[in-house]
Amino acid sequence: MLARGTVLIDGAAEGTLLRLVEPISFWGGVDPATSRLTDPRHPQHGVAIAGTVLALAALRGSSSSSAIMLELLARGIAPAALLLGEPDAILSLGIIVGREMGYKAIPVLALAAAEQARLPQGMLRIAPGGAISAG
Amino acid sequence: MAAGLHGPAVAMAARILGETAAMLGAERLIRVTSSHVDGCLYHGDSGTHFAERLAAEGGRVAVPTTLNVGALDLLHPGRVQFDPRTAEMARRMMVAYEALGCSPSWTCAPYQAGHRPRLGEHVAWGESNAVVFCNSVLGARTNRLGDFLDICAALCARAPDIGLHRDKNRRARLVVDASGLSNGLKRLDAFYPVLGAWLGAEAGSEVAAITGMPAPIPEDCLKALGAAAASSGAVGLFHVVGVTPEAPDLATATGGREKLRTIALTAAMLRAARDRLSTAAAGTDRIDAVAVGSPHFSAGEFAALDRLIGGGRFAVPFYACTSRAALGEIERSGMLARLVAAGVEIVTDTCVVVAPILPKAGGVLMTNSGKFAHYATPNTGFATVYGSLADCVASALSGRITRDESLWS
Repeated sequence: MLARGTVLIDGAAEGTLLRLVEPISFWGGVDPATSRLTDPRHPQHGVAIAGTVLALAALRGSSSSSAIMLELLARGIAPAALLLGEPDAILSLGIIVGREMGYKAIPVLALAAAEQARLPQGMLRIAPGGAISAG
Repeated sequence: MAAGLHGPAVAMAARILGETAAMLGAERLIRVTSSHVDGCLYHGDSGTHFAERLAAEGGRVAVPTTLNVGALDLLHPGRVQFDPRTAEMARRMMVAYEALGCSPSWTCAPYQAGHRPRLGEHVAWGESNAVVFCNSVLGARTNRLGDFLDICAALCARAPDIGLHRDKNRRARLVVDASGLSNGLKRLDAFYPVLGAWLGAEAGSEVAAITGMPAPIPEDCLKALGAAAASSGAVGLFHVVGVTPEAPDLATATGGREKLRTIALTAAMLRAARDRLSTAAAGTDRIDAVAVGSPHFSAGEFAALDRLIGGGRFAVPFYACTSRAALGEIERSGMLARLVAAGVEIVTDTCVVVAPILPKAGGVLMTNSGKFAHYATPNTGFATVYGSLADCVASALSGRITRDESLWS
């Protein structure tokens, strides 16, 4: 096991680690039709977040980001899991609503930015309960 | 409620509310007396399906609830240039929220459309400018609720009892001293969005007490301050000592705490914040359009606009975004006909940064709104020029940028 996150939404997942080097707001920053980062000022502009274990050290945030998260789940192009450096209910709210709507939920773990930085590049596996291991 | 005694829609809302509250560490839910819902703006079909499911399952709001902007101007068909399918899904979403019993206010300034909770009242509001106004100017209590949680709170009349519902979290932790600024600057309408933009960038989500301000401050100026602070930062509450209801004096605003971080404002700090509101290249001298009304223009702001136009006619499109409530007032007084004759294009129910309304991407947009200045470039592709309402009118009459800089030095 590489690390253990605090469970915000429990579940299992597998995906390639994608660390965002700067915070984004999902509203205005992620295209809900393609999952690509759309803010031209963001260094990872154009990268798709679908299927990744998305590590967000910090969040910037419109409260409409929950609506973008829900749309990504509805279209089946959400990340495989979220690792959040600071507690936040906006993205998780989109996932909770998605589960009610019958969309596949994804696990969300709180994991400090310093611990996120120590995770190796490549595939990661997340187990129920919050254990993170190499995939 | 989650047991389903109030029907499946309320049960679903209660589950979402309960789960989110637990995740936020709330020990309980608190009863709320009104709601303002921001989740009615179309971002994709899933939001429409969610609202339609709540409506189909018999959902009905349990407290008076107003609606923030939608993606369409229902009073002016053709104003918003969506493809027919997107327009239909956005319209269905708006219809579903009305079917839930929400009032079709379609405004980001519900507090100027008759929705004014009292001092100390616990409410559940969404939309960052509405939240900061509700907390700061009215003294009612709400957190900034994410999309979907707002309607769930309205259906259950409950919200997580955390954050700004609690006394201790409403006290200032930062003091901003404006006494070093000239009174002339502090009387300028264009000062307030700039102060807000500076505050949001500096305070983040911290509660500030601003001292050294004249009293009273017009409500439209406080509205502009809060909206800008909630766009450049995550400000949910600010106090202006001697002006806002929870700050009769500094000791009350801070809860008696001393040795707080204090920042003395200078004209140079504000000029820097003002300049960040303009993204157009230096040397730009022409504009393609003007937009005002974020938050939605009030009848009082229309009166100021009417005086400034003084019988002239605009050379470029001039969009004024407003509520049905304010539109009704200026229609009855006869002002609307004059404004339209001068070339003012009225936008209701929505606004120019959340829906495709502006003529073409890549132009220059002038605005007196700190919030439009913040969002116009990423959302519409327009470069921005910030100025006072008088600057906006003078520039729209000639098509060339005119700005009065005299009070900013």
